Amino acid sequence: MELRKSYFADVRKDDLHEIGQPRPRLDSPGHVTGKTAFFADHNFPGMLHLKMVRSPHHHARIRSIDTSEAEKHPGVVRILTARDVPHNVYTILILIQIGPEDETVLADGKVRWRGEAVVAVLAETERAAQEAAAKVKVDYEVLPAVFDMEEALKPGAPLVNEYHGQNYYLYDSGECRKVRFGDVEAGFAQADHILEQSYQSSPIEHAPTETTGCVVAPEGNDRFTCYTNTQAMFFTLDNTSIILQMPGSKLHFVGGTVGGGFGGKVDVIVEPIAILAAKLTGRPVSFVYSREEEMQISSPRAAEKVVIKDGVMKDGRIAARKVTGYTDAGAYSRHSPYGAQKGAGHYPGPYTIPNVWIDTYCVYTNRTPSSAMRGFGVTIGDFALEVQMDKLARLIGMDPLEFRFINAYRDGDMKAHRQPTEGAALIECMQEASRAANWPVAEKYMAMSSYEKEA
Amino acid sequence: MAIRRGRGVAAINYPTGMNLGGDPTQALVHSTPTGNFMVTLSSVDLGQGMKQIMAQICAETIGVPTDRVVVDTADTDTGPHCMGTFASRGTHRAGNAVIQAAREARQVMLEVAAEELEVDARDLETDGQGNILVKGAPQKSISIFDVALSAHFKRGRSISGRGMFLIPRSYPEKETGAMKPSTCYAHACTVAEVEVDDETGEVTVLTVKNIFEIGRALNPKMVEQQLVGGSWMGISHALYETTEPYYPSRDHGGTDFNQYLMPGPGDLADTEIIVLERPSADGPYGAKGPGEMCANPQIPAVANAIFDAVGVRVDTLPITPERILRALKAEGTV
Repeated sequence: MELRKSYFADVRKDDLHEIGQPRPRLDSPGHVTGKTAFFADHNFPGMLHLKMVRSPHHHARIRSIDTSEAEKHPGVVRILTARDVPHNVYTILILIQIGPEDETVLADGKVRWRGEAVVAVLAETERAAQEAAAKVKVDYEVLPAVFDMEEALKPGAPLVNEYHGQNYYLYDSGECRKVRFGDVEAGFAQADHILEQSYQSSPIEHAPTETTGCVVAPEGNDRFTCYTNTQAMFFTLDNTSIILQMPGSKLHFVGGTVGGGFGGKVDVIVEPIAILAAKLTGRPVSFVYSREEEMQISSPRAAEKVVIKDGVMKDGRIAARKVTGYTDAGAYSRHSPYGAQKGAGHYPGPYTIPNVWIDTYCVYTNRTPSSAMRGFGVTIGDFALEVQMDKLARLIGMDPLEFRFINAYRDGDMKAHRQPTEGAALIECMQEASRAANWPVAEKYMAMSSYEKEA
Repeated sequence: MAIRRGRGVAAINYPTGMNLGGDPTQALVHSTPTGNFMVTLSSVDLGQGMKQIMAQICAETIGVPTDRVVVDTADTDTGPHCMGTFASRGTHRAGNAVIQAAREARQVMLEVAAEELEVDARDLETDGQGNILVKGAPQKSISIFDVALSAHFKRGRSISGRGMFLIPRSYPEKETGAMKPSTCYAHACTVAEVEVDDETGEVTVLTVKNIFEIGRALNPKMVEQQLVGGSWMGISHALYETTEPYYPSRDHGGTDFNQYLMPGPGDLADTEIIVLERPSADGPYGAKGPGEMCANPQIPAVANAIFDAVGVRVDTLPITPERILRALKAEGTV
C-alpha cells in the first residue's frame, strides 16, 4: 500500500503524533496465538444446547405440532414453541420506528421461507438436541410460494407476509422510496442516445470465520449474562427486552470480540430465544449456528434487480438518469426497508446529472430473509451503475475513464437528493488510477479538481 | 479458441455511517492513578481493529503514547450506548465520541498540571511522550504520571470525560426524496485486468489496482489489511459467490467452505492499493469509513474487463464461466 500525500496536501495538516502511525495492533498477538477469548469460550457446568426445528417448505400453514416423541428423547430438557415467547411477533428496526412487526421468533400457524425456525429443542448435548429435533412432527399444508420479485409484485401473487398486507414495504412515500430531481423525461427528449439496461444479483453469504451464536448464563441476582458476537450490543439487548417483555436491567450483554461480521450479525436472532430458554430452564444455554445454518439460514445479502435508463449526449454528458431498484427482502423485513431506502440516497452514483428519477422497492418473497451486508443498499447498485457507465462510454465512442471525468461530481454540485456535494474526491482517485494503471486520459482531465475551480 | 485479455475501470463513492443518521455512539474516558487512560465503550470490534484505532485516537487527543491507553468495550453494564459496528460507522462515530471524551479529560489533566506548576492551564502543552510542558519554557514540566497521582490523592479531581456523537436523523421528503443520507463520503477507482478463456469461460483476474480516498489513514497498516481484504472480497463477489447457484431451486446451495465457492489463495489477483487522504469535515482527525466501500469497485471493474476481453456482457452476478459461455454462444462468437 502506498499513501499518496501529494493529493489534497493543501487541505490537510499532517501534524499528528499517534494518528497516522502504523502501530501494531494490541489484540493481534492474542488472535494469532489462540489466546483471545470469544463468546464460545464461555462454558458453564450444566449448559444446555439449543437446536431449531426448521421448515422444509417455502410457504406452508402449520396444522399441528407434535413434540411428544422428541420430549421422550434421552437428554431433552425442554421444548419451546411460539406460545412460550412473550412477544413473538417482532421487527428489529422498531427501535428506530420502522415497523410493522412482521416476523416470528418461532413460527406461529405459518411458515414463510424454507428454513424458518418452528420449534426450539434444549438438551444436555448438541447431539441429543439434534436427534430430538428430528423427532418433532409438524403437519404442514403447503401453500403456493413466490420466488421472483416481479411475480411477487403482480396482482394475484401469493401474499407472503400478512403483517404487510402486500408484497412490498409501504414507505410514507408509497410503494417505493422516491427521488425526483429536474425533469427526467425532458432530459431523455434532448438526449442523443437512450440506453436502458437491467442488472441482477444473487444472494451471497457473509462467510465470517466465527458463526453466529451466544452463550447465556442465568445469574444469582435474577439477571442473565449473554456472551454474544452481535455487531450491535444495545440494539440486540433492547430488542431482546421487547421480545421477552423483560426489563433491560435484567440483561447483561458481553461481547465485542468477534470473528468477522460483514453485516451478518446485526439481525437479532439467537439471543432472545437463548435467554428465554435460560429463563425457563434455569440453566446456561448455548445456541450457536452450524456452518450450514450460517450459510443457508442466516440472512444473506439480498438478491437485487436494478434497471437503469440513461439519456446521454454525444459530448459525454449524461442528461437524465432513471433508476428502479428492487431489493428482495425474502419473507421478512429485518433491515431490508432501510437497505432499499439507502439505495435511493445513493443513486445516481457519484455523478452530477441534472434530471434524475429514482424508485427503490423493498419486495417480499418466500426466499430466505435477506438483511445487512457490507455495502448494504449500494454494492449491487454500484455494479449496475458502473457497468452502465462503461456501456454508455462505448455507445458514444468515448474512453470509459474520460467519460467518468466529464460527469464526476465536484464540491458544490447539487445531488439528486438535494444536498450540495462536499468533500468530493472522485476525480483525484481517477487521476491516480490513470497514472497507476497506465491508462492515459487527456491533459484537461488530469488538470481537473474536485474542489478548486479551474483557472 | 483463445485466452483473451481485457481491462476495465469503475469509480464509486460510499456514505459513512448509518444512512440518514440518527445513530449515536458514546464514550467515556478516565485516567488511572498513575496516568494511564481507560476508554470505555460498548462498540464491537469485528476483527477489523476498532479497539486499536480508538486507543490511537484517545492517545492523540490526550497527548500520550498509544500504549498508555486501554480500551474496554462491549460490556453493557459498563460501556455507554453505541448503535453498533456496521454501515462503515465504527471509526467515524465512536472516534468522534472518544475525541470529545478525551478532550474533556485532557482539560482536567491540564488544570491539575497548572495547579502543580503554578501556571495558567492555557499555557501548557503535551509532548506526546507522557509529559506536560509550559509552552516556550519546556524546562518547566511535569509528568502525566505525577499529574494523575496529584489529581487522585491530593487535589481530588477526576481526570475523566464524556463523549457523545450523533448525526441528527434526516427524514426523506415524500415526493422529492430530499434528504441527507450522509455527511461524508469515501471514494474509490479500480482498474482490473483479466484473462478470459473463451473455450471454458474461466476468468483469471491478473491485476487489480485500487485507488481509495478515505479521509485519513489513522493507522496505515490497519487500513491496508482492510482494503486488501475488501478488494479480494469484491473479486469473490464478482466471479464466484452465490448461496443459491440454481435458483429458484435451492439444490446445491453451499453449506460449508468446500461447497460455497470463493477464491483460494491461487485465485487472487496481484493487488495494488494506493490511498489518498482528503480529510472529512466531521470525521475524527478527518477519517471516513472505508470498511464497506473497499469491496465495491472491483465488481464492475472486473465485469467491464471481461467485456473488454471477450465482447459479451454478463449483467447478472456472479459472472460464472457458464454465464460467459452462454453469452458467447448467444453472440455466435463460439
